[in-house]
Amino acid sequence: MSAKKEELRIGFYVCHCGHNIAAMVDCAVVARYVETLPGVALSRDYKYMCSDPGQELIQQDIREHRLNRVVVASCSPLLHEHTFRGAVEAGGLNPFYFHMVNIREHDSWVHTDRGEATEKAKALARAAIQRVAHHKALEIKKVEIHPDVLVVGGGIAGIHAAMTLANAGKKVYLVEREPSIGGHMAKFDKTFPTLDCAACILTPKMSEVGSHPNITLWTYSEVTKVDGFVGNYTVQVKRKARYVNEDLCTGCQDCISHCVFKEPKFADDFNEGLGKRKPIFIPFPQATPQAVLIDPEVCLNFKRNKNPDGSPVVGDKCKKTCVEACGEKHAIDFTQKDTLQEVKVGSIIVCTGFKTYDAGRSPAYGYGNYKNVYTALEVERLVNASGPTGGEVILREGKNADGSPKTPKSIGIIHCVGSRDKKTNLWCSRVCCMYSMKLAHLLREHTGAEMYNFYIDMRTPGKGYEEFYNKLLEEGTHFIRGRVGEVTDWAMTPEEEGRLVIRVEDTLAGVVRRIPVDMVVLATGLEPQADAGEVRRLFNMSCGGDGWFLERHPKLAPVSTFTDGVFLAGCCQGPKDIPDTVAQAGAAAAEALVLIDKGYIEQEPNTAHILEDECSGCKSCIPLCPYTAILFDEGRKKAYINEALCKGCGTCVGSCPSASIVQNLFDDQEIFSEIEGVLAYD
Amino acid sequence: MKYAYFPGCSLKGTGRAYEESLLPVMKHLGVELQELDDWNCCGATAYMAVDEGKACAAAARNLAIAEKSGLQQILAPCSACYLVLNKTQHYLHEYPAMRQTVSRALATVGLRCDGSSAVRHPLDVLINDIGLEAVKQKITRPLKGLKVAPYYGCQIVRPYATFDDQSNPTTMDRLLETLGATVIKWPLKTKCCGGSLTGTLPEAGLRLSYILLKEAIKRGADVIATVCPLCQFNLDAYHPKIAAKWEPVPIPTVYFSQLMGLAFGLPADQVVLNRGMVPMKPLAAAMA
Repeated sequence: MSAKKEELRIGFYVCHCGHNIAAMVDCAVVARYVETLPGVALSRDYKYMCSDPGQELIQQDIREHRLNRVVVASCSPLLHEHTFRGAVEAGGLNPFYFHMVNIREHDSWVHTDRGEATEKAKALARAAIQRVAHHKALEIKKVEIHPDVLVVGGGIAGIHAAMTLANAGKKVYLVEREPSIGGHMAKFDKTFPTLDCAACILTPKMSEVGSHPNITLWTYSEVTKVDGFVGNYTVQVKRKARYVNEDLCTGCQDCISHCVFKEPKFADDFNEGLGKRKPIFIPFPQATPQAVLIDPEVCLNFKRNKNPDGSPVVGDKCKKTCVEACGEKHAIDFTQKDTLQEVKVGSIIVCTGFKTYDAGRSPAYGYGNYKNVYTALEVERLVNASGPTGGEVILREGKNADGSPKTPKSIGIIHCVGSRDKKTNLWCSRVCCMYSMKLAHLLREHTGAEMYNFYIDMRTPGKGYEEFYNKLLEEGTHFIRGRVGEVTDWAMTPEEEGRLVIRVEDTLAGVVRRIPVDMVVLATGLEPQADAGEVRRLFNMSCGGDGWFLERHPKLAPVSTFTDGVFLAGCCQGPKDIPDTVAQAGAAAAEALVLIDKGYIEQEPNTAHILEDECSGCKSCIPLCPYTAILFDEGRKKAYINEALCKGCGTCVGSCPSASIVQNLFDDQEIFSEIEGVLAYD
Repeated sequence: MKYAYFPGCSLKGTGRAYEESLLPVMKHLGVELQELDDWNCCGATAYMAVDEGKACAAAARNLAIAEKSGLQQILAPCSACYLVLNKTQHYLHEYPAMRQTVSRALATVGLRCDGSSAVRHPLDVLINDIGLEAVKQKITRPLKGLKVAPYYGCQIVRPYATFDDQSNPTTMDRLLETLGATVIKWPLKTKCCGGSLTGTLPEAGLRLSYILLKEAIKRGADVIATVCPLCQFNLDAYHPKIAAKWEPVPIPTVYFSQLMGLAFGLPADQVVLNRGMVPMKPLAAAMA
């Protein structure tokens, strides 16, 4: 102990949190017990410490009872540490003369014996009292925020977030993996419940993004590395070679029509493989940027082997009619390589979207086995005027007597494929009921077919959604309640011969039914992207058990993550429809704007520092730091810590062989006193 | 390769064609099967439904005898036996209370069961232990031109899919293709044969058998291959009744092991096609 210190005067407060704590912990008993501990000047229990009167109480006591330390036993510090530090500061003390004890999450909520829970609260309180005696006055440091923002993913969420920020005058880097922005929405024909054309409302926004002076749009690119911390991120982006110079290409597409492949031959991803494209292609008519690209896997001018760096070897076999057609523009460049680019940003909005459930994982529904079983996304392309059939709904299998392609006369739409199922995904994908009805409406409009929707529950909670359901009922769409057992082709009646039979228990009629149809549409649910795990690590986010990115608080911080400066929007956080996605994207942009306009962030002072006299310069701490915050002074042969980078994880503290690293708020005295406090209690 | 062999009641009775064909085939492949000494009822599916504890004890006695014999692998060709023995293993591992009940019962006859042995199906052993390459070596009469509908029934893939896919099993398909047969594609591989309903509720049970037979014929199959004595019985024994109610669906149903014997060129008394009730014309042609 150092020389004579000022007399300790600790104020202790135990919060009832309504019944949350008081029901399982006898708060008055805890308060009376703490009152007897050395250094405690006053001890109170109070119904809601976080309320204004509760905070006022602390301030008043500091003034009237000359308190110089404060301990509050209540909920998790995650919730209210900030609140109480504020109250302590307002009372005239350094905010770090405060310590918080969690007797809710760690005690009352997890125990069932009131006596023992009360004993535990007393032990935890005693530990805090012993600890707070050693607290020191600390200073909060401010770090400047870089005003540029990175938006990852160019679906409707990323587009909206980027536009919001750019219109507010901020510089945005929008990075999209695919050759064009637009995401899933660009593939849709109409949107529910208004049935307005998806392209008509999306493509103007896409081209605005493409031409906005504040947006740097990098498509066909992926974020490969993220360093730094809130306000000061350094991001590395891989820009994949498209073999076409985006700046020189005008999107005239002469190269495509002059390609040596006279007919499109290769499966077209944008059309879910229903259509074909050439080796040089543009994903869809309204693609942004309006620039073609070359698929080196199938282009004849590339050999099939790879260079040591992974890039394809350029051959010289092809006549290169595309280059000829491009002429003076010289946009085609077979020698293009993947490049890495680095940008500095202050905040990041992750909008990486979803993938649809692989219908092949539910073999009972026959996808991949029966050609006339489709996924909903395939049908979106089938009914789309710019789709592979020009909007004509024709079946993959079967021809009319005259040899013309067949149009379905009856269609079954199966809801909840891969959703609400213990064997696949437990969650409701939220959009399937609505898009299934939209497709029912569109398919009926295109074909006049008899429509059957097979559902477990109809979920239509949204503006105008229930009304849309009513509209479909009035249109004469059949709604059959029951999870479909199988889609099969074994027939029991002449009517069923040669058709697909949907077997289902109609739970309203209480009978098992067999419905013969010509076409089956599987309303596949939404799933996290296949590489969500890697993306999560890249941006240091968390995932829920279901794989969706985790928001900081499901109600009160829905677009924040546990990493400061990284925000979420759209389906990467969980299934949602377009209105919710756009709202969330706007919210994420607003959160980023808050950071930018404030200009700085306050840094928690729980950082580590090195006691220079004791550091032996062994460097063992340096490789251990996950934030590369520890550097080495070659002149003095000592390590030193960049406090702006230190996150206070404590790894270096634990590893230092000469115990010469000290962490604020977690020094040995503080920790050992706390442990003693718990153990001393009998 | 040596396995403990648990025949169960069917393979000594209605399903004797299964044993009579499987044993020579396994021997031909160099697999030694040692029939469990003093085995008893597997615990069968019906017993399970009445009293799980007693059914598990009955099954566990067989497992205990196998453990005592020192053979770690039990071959259980009958689907019902395979399922019940497997289920008992699962119960012993997952439910301490069941483990206690069973241990107490076994202790009264001086036996104990660790649940350490593996219950294996012949298809599993053929594909994963012996291998299709070894099977191929033994073929002297490929089943060329024979169109077979592979029918797995329910019990070897449900609820435990230990060696094959639950919805679309393929082990028998691969085996039959190796034998040179043409495998018919159909969506009814694991659909119910009628089970014991053919006896208790014939109007429901027979309808299910009828669907299988009719669809196999419709898809051009010459014969149905099965792995289960009850399936074989249902699909073979009720043809007059089915014909009277719906239409004649004359297609024979045999065990996969009979087709293997055929392809290996084993003598007629080891292929036992004479055991079936439905005439085996296409198979007889293959034998010729």
